[in-house]
Amino acid sequence: MNAPARQDDIALVDLLDRLLAGGVVITGDITISLADVELVTVSLRALISAVATLEEPHADPS
Amino acid sequence: MGEPLVYVYAVGDAALMVPELTGVDGAAVRIVVEGPLAAAVGAVDADRFGEDALQQSVEDLRWLEGTARAHDSVVAALAAENPVAPLRMATIYRDEDGVRALLRERAAAFEAALDRIRGKVEWGVKAYAVASPAPVAEPAPDAARPGTSYLLRRRAQRVHAENGRADAVAAAQRMHERLAGLAVASRVYPPQDPRLSGRREEMVLNAAYLVEAGDDAVRRTVAEAAQDLVRFELTGPWAAYSFATLEGDA
Repeated sequence: MNAPARQDDIALVDLLDRLLAGGVVITGDITISLADVELVTVSLRALISAVATLEEPHADPS
Repeated sequence: MGEPLVYVYAVGDAALMVPELTGVDGAAVRIVVEGPLAAAVGAVDADRFGEDALQQSVEDLRWLEGTARAHDSVVAALAAENPVAPLRMATIYRDEDGVRALLRERAAAFEAALDRIRGKVEWGVKAYAVASPAPVAEPAPDAARPGTSYLLRRRAQRVHAENGRADAVAAAQRMHERLAGLAVASRVYPPQDPRLSGRREEMVLNAAYLVEAGDDAVRRTVAEAAQDLVRFELTGPWAAYSFATLEGDA
């Protein structure tokens, strides 16, 4: 069991669960929002590839 | 550079106390009050936070992480002092009039949401399957039929792994039901992608529980849980991100 995370060491992935899938979603044309699902999917795909690149710089490009 | 846009972090009561904070895009946090409600907002640059720029920025991990952490640090500071309904990250209005219109038009829904989360916090609980040790009763190798005994051994290993996974899933489900019973509300998220979490073990539970701020039962139950089949991890307390929803929204 880990101690509850402090502000500084919150894992990005836990944060993104809440920030991209939680929170009040406002829709309407006066808003600019990342809330729409397709955009979130795009962002996570980009994020996953970015994380994979950061964490496995020597991975086999297979 | 155009007029700055208005980034909205969260909505609270009109008496919303805003700590002195720098938020997203390095801007101070201020409040916009309308009737019984207030929004915590900050100015963001129109070139960096306009619709086109956002489409690009969101592809940038460093931008996403910086924005997410700035958003959360503001929401966490607000939630420490007030009941607040956090908004989805990167909810941006063209001007304060847009924010006022939001507070006016959705006043009843925001007030209902605030009443649901008032005095409560969110705990996150994740569970990972623990890799089980090798099977105890493997079929003995049969010298006369090496191919058959190899297949039997492989099958036993596979069955063992499947049973171990099923046990872990069941243990996580039992824990979820127990915690949901202790909580005011609960929400289950999809398991996190191992490429994002960097974890090799299979995630078998990723859930959030809304509890009274002074209620220690969820935290204690997780802390005292057996960790033989699944390893439980607790995060929080969080602002009530997972429970800030407006009635009537799709």
